[in-house]
Amino acid sequence: MSVRTIKLKIDGKEVTAQEADTILEVARENEIFIPTLCYLEGLTSLGGCRLCLVEVKGSPKLFPACSTAVSNRMEVITNSDSLMEYRRMIVELLLSERTHICAVCVANDSCELQEMATELGTDHVRFNRKWTNHKIDSSHENLVLDPNRCILCTRCIRVCDEVEGVHTLDLKMRGKDSQVIIDLDEPWGASNSCTSCMKCAAVCPVGAIYIKGKALSETKDKELPEFVLGRRCR
Amino acid sequence: MSPESLHTGLKSDRRLVLLEKVITQHQYQKESLLEILHKAQELYGYLDKDLFLYISNALDLPSSHVYGVATFYNLFKLKKPGTHTITFCLGTACFVKGVEQIISAVERAFNVERGETSADGRLSLFITRCIGACAMAPNVIVDDEVVGGASKEAVMNKINFLLGDGKVETR
Amino acid sequence: MKPDDIIKLAERDLNLRRSYKYRINVCCSSGCLPFGALKVLKEFQDAVKEFAVEEECKVARTGCVGTCYLGPVVVVEPGDYLYQNVTPEKAREIVREHITKGAPLKNLIYSNETFFKKQLRLVLRNAGKIDPFRIEDYISTGGYSALIKCLTKMSPQEVIDEVSASGLRGRGGAGFPTGHKWNFVARAPGSPKYVVANLDEGDPGVFANRTLAEADPHAIIEGMLIAAYAIGAEHGYIYIRAEYPLAIQTLKRAMKQAASLSLLEGDILESSFKFDVKLRLGAGAFVAGEETAILASIEGRRATPRPRPPYPATSGLWGKPTLIQNVETLANVPLIINNGGAWFSRIGSPRCSGTKCFSLTGKVKNPGLIEIPMGIALREVVFDIGGGIPDGKKFKSVQVGGPSGGCLPEDLLDLSVDYESLTKAGAIMGSGGIVVMDETSCMVDTAKFFTDFCVDESCGKCVPCRVGLVKVKNTFEGIIRGEGKVENLALLKKLGNLIQETSLCGLGQTAPNPVLTTLRYFEDEYISHIIEKKCRAGKCFTSHKEASRK
Repeated sequence: MSVRTIKLKIDGKEVTAQEADTILEVARENEIFIPTLCYLEGLTSLGGCRLCLVEVKGSPKLFPACSTAVSNRMEVITNSDSLMEYRRMIVELLLSERTHICAVCVANDSCELQEMATELGTDHVRFNRKWTNHKIDSSHENLVLDPNRCILCTRCIRVCDEVEGVHTLDLKMRGKDSQVIIDLDEPWGASNSCTSCMKCAAVCPVGAIYIKGKALSETKDKELPEFVLGRRCR
Repeated sequence: MSPESLHTGLKSDRRLVLLEKVITQHQYQKESLLEILHKAQELYGYLDKDLFLYISNALDLPSSHVYGVATFYNLFKLKKPGTHTITFCLGTACFVKGVEQIISAVERAFNVERGETSADGRLSLFITRCIGACAMAPNVIVDDEVVGGASKEAVMNKINFLLGDGKVETR
Repeated sequence: MKPDDIIKLAERDLNLRRSYKYRINVCCSSGCLPFGALKVLKEFQDAVKEFAVEEECKVARTGCVGTCYLGPVVVVEPGDYLYQNVTPEKAREIVREHITKGAPLKNLIYSNETFFKKQLRLVLRNAGKIDPFRIEDYISTGGYSALIKCLTKMSPQEVIDEVSASGLRGRGGAGFPTGHKWNFVARAPGSPKYVVANLDEGDPGVFANRTLAEADPHAIIEGMLIAAYAIGAEHGYIYIRAEYPLAIQTLKRAMKQAASLSLLEGDILESSFKFDVKLRLGAGAFVAGEETAILASIEGRRATPRPRPPYPATSGLWGKPTLIQNVETLANVPLIINNGGAWFSRIGSPRCSGTKCFSLTGKVKNPGLIEIPMGIALREVVFDIGGGIPDGKKFKSVQVGGPSGGCLPEDLLDLSVDYESLTKAGAIMGSGGIVVMDETSCMVDTAKFFTDFCVDESCGKCVPCRVGLVKVKNTFEGIIRGEGKVENLALLKKLGNLIQETSLCGLGQTAPNPVLTTLRYFEDEYISHIIEKKCRAGKCFTSHKEASRK
């Protein structure tokens, strides 16, 4: 089956694309920046962080660029004032959801949430911050899970399931109480299913899962997607 | 599948036989997880680690997935409920008709909070979001009996009666 | 069984029904059961034997009449005499006087013209009139004749065209044109195709779908069959809340009976059309009513919604084309086939044809289940059908559309009940809840209640709904503690707007409605909470005091 090449406009710029591509893929190919947190190339899209929402001319709704396919003569706007305002507020919400104190965080300076706040200009948080006190699991030989820093992007869960193929990780509960769990919500060190591949740590955008004794900048591969796809997997 | 792989510390009793039967009826299909969890809870009263392991092995699902599904839905209980359960409907109609006052009165009188079981394991208080009997609001379910148009006094009397301390007011 | 056999069965049962001089319909649905309806039923059965009127009087167990505030309710035919609050003693008296002597008991009869006069019972056509446990009852009142018509006289496309012509729109809340949807699924490539009947009525204060399932389960099944025939589906699911045990039991029985008359499974009525239905139980998650979440739940996963497109019409259950309809929508379908789309399109208002079932609850004299033609004014619902506010209290607000519906003030009561008017005012049709509040309700407290509900029910997948709603809740808690500031209100509006615009699914997108509508119509109550630290309804600061005493 041949894939049709189509034309569309993103922020006024005329671009060509393959029919099955998502808006995000096409934008990135053409060096148009759309912020994302839960998206990671090589994993299925979640559409949960809502940072990549864009406007499509002719529709009152907003669409997640990571999971919306392009169509012929589509006109996409990625940077309207209201979109920027929404994105800033979403980052504000994330920063106030759990315990995010950059100064004492292992991910300081290599944190995607922190970068996003800088990029989007979220310079203050108007909401009451919630200081959570979830138990940190450091029972694993090499890995640490700190739910207090988790933004529930589920990248770790998806990489564990879709790439490593073991599905040690999942979410328990729902809504604000959601948390990443290991097996039956058991200590990581006791897990039989975990292969200690450490892909979860590599894909964590924040400091919620990290490798003991290593600075995050060391464990974060600059070409993450390739790492995720397993080509450079240890 | 070898029997050993299913061995999870569950006693092989009638309940397990019935659970196995339902799993077979569903042909070990992963999609039947919710049905199986319902059945397991019906047979055992609540879901514990052994049951989760058993179900995860039987349906060939990751244990974290089974746990994630069971904790997503409110009706699945992971803790042993008390001998008697009082479920308060907190639907809109019951809220408007003042069920909140009944709940806090019961919480205070019996020293149990909603969602919890009393220290002696005899009384559990649960909240449900609407049982759909709104025209008789407020509704309180005492064990299996729906008490429509409930009042603080009526509910307290019923609980006292259940706990059998002889303080029932007869009318 | 062939179509002719069903027609014969209908005639036989109708003759049997006509052979009785009297028929006593005892409502045994969830509304009347807690008041002892089963004891009343038993007493009627014993009494007709005792008075030796078994031959001329049939005692039937039926579904809901709608007057749930009068339970247990009994209707005696002919004449539709409605007896209220019937006890076993009264049952005996009714048999003795009304049945044996032909003298209705005037003092026990409830006559309320207004409750019924403004209603139009199409979906609930059989509710309270037939025994939901007997498929023969349904068939003898014309049941399954629409299916026979489809199978013998209409092509699938003709069925779809008839539904399109009726103007029927989805009753689950969003109001999408049903005919359009059927066309999409029919034309979508892929097989097998599925039909999902949505009975996950999770909205607090809403019990219309439950009542329908308890009173007339075959109307749902027939609607599913016709839909399946039209779109070319082979398999179906009914997804129902586990909190509805009687409805589950009723549906299970109905499915079994339908299968035994070859109306389900295998070759239906000896045609080449095959369709089977499975029941799937929910487990306490409001979000599972959302159309992509219901699919996840049927597949045995966490009920989290996913972005659309792709729509379930093209990629639904296991990636196959799937038609998802609310059960009320489906129950309309046999009527449309039998009477024609043109007939249906003349009922209700021009943009919104047909009727809508509502659970009318809260501070009204006659709470119950009602069915009204679209386009009727809210005022008529609250004051005519509902009988107004009890205890001489003053009306304050009416909330339409379940937990994420808007709270409307008195001066909007002349609004007509249809999708567009309600949405414009900040409310929604939702799945059909109308909750009336009087002066003793505090609108700040009420908005907080609905927010709390949505916080508990948010699946947590997307940030605005998961975190944003918690921040709304926190703001309310601050206001009720007496720590509110006037600036809070502007931030609440901004947050509400963010959650509406950026949430992934309908739950998040509509969750701020109660907050935004109370801010729009009852801002003065917020102001008095914040500035004077006063709750005019006397709800907020007292409960806080109580809590701090604890």
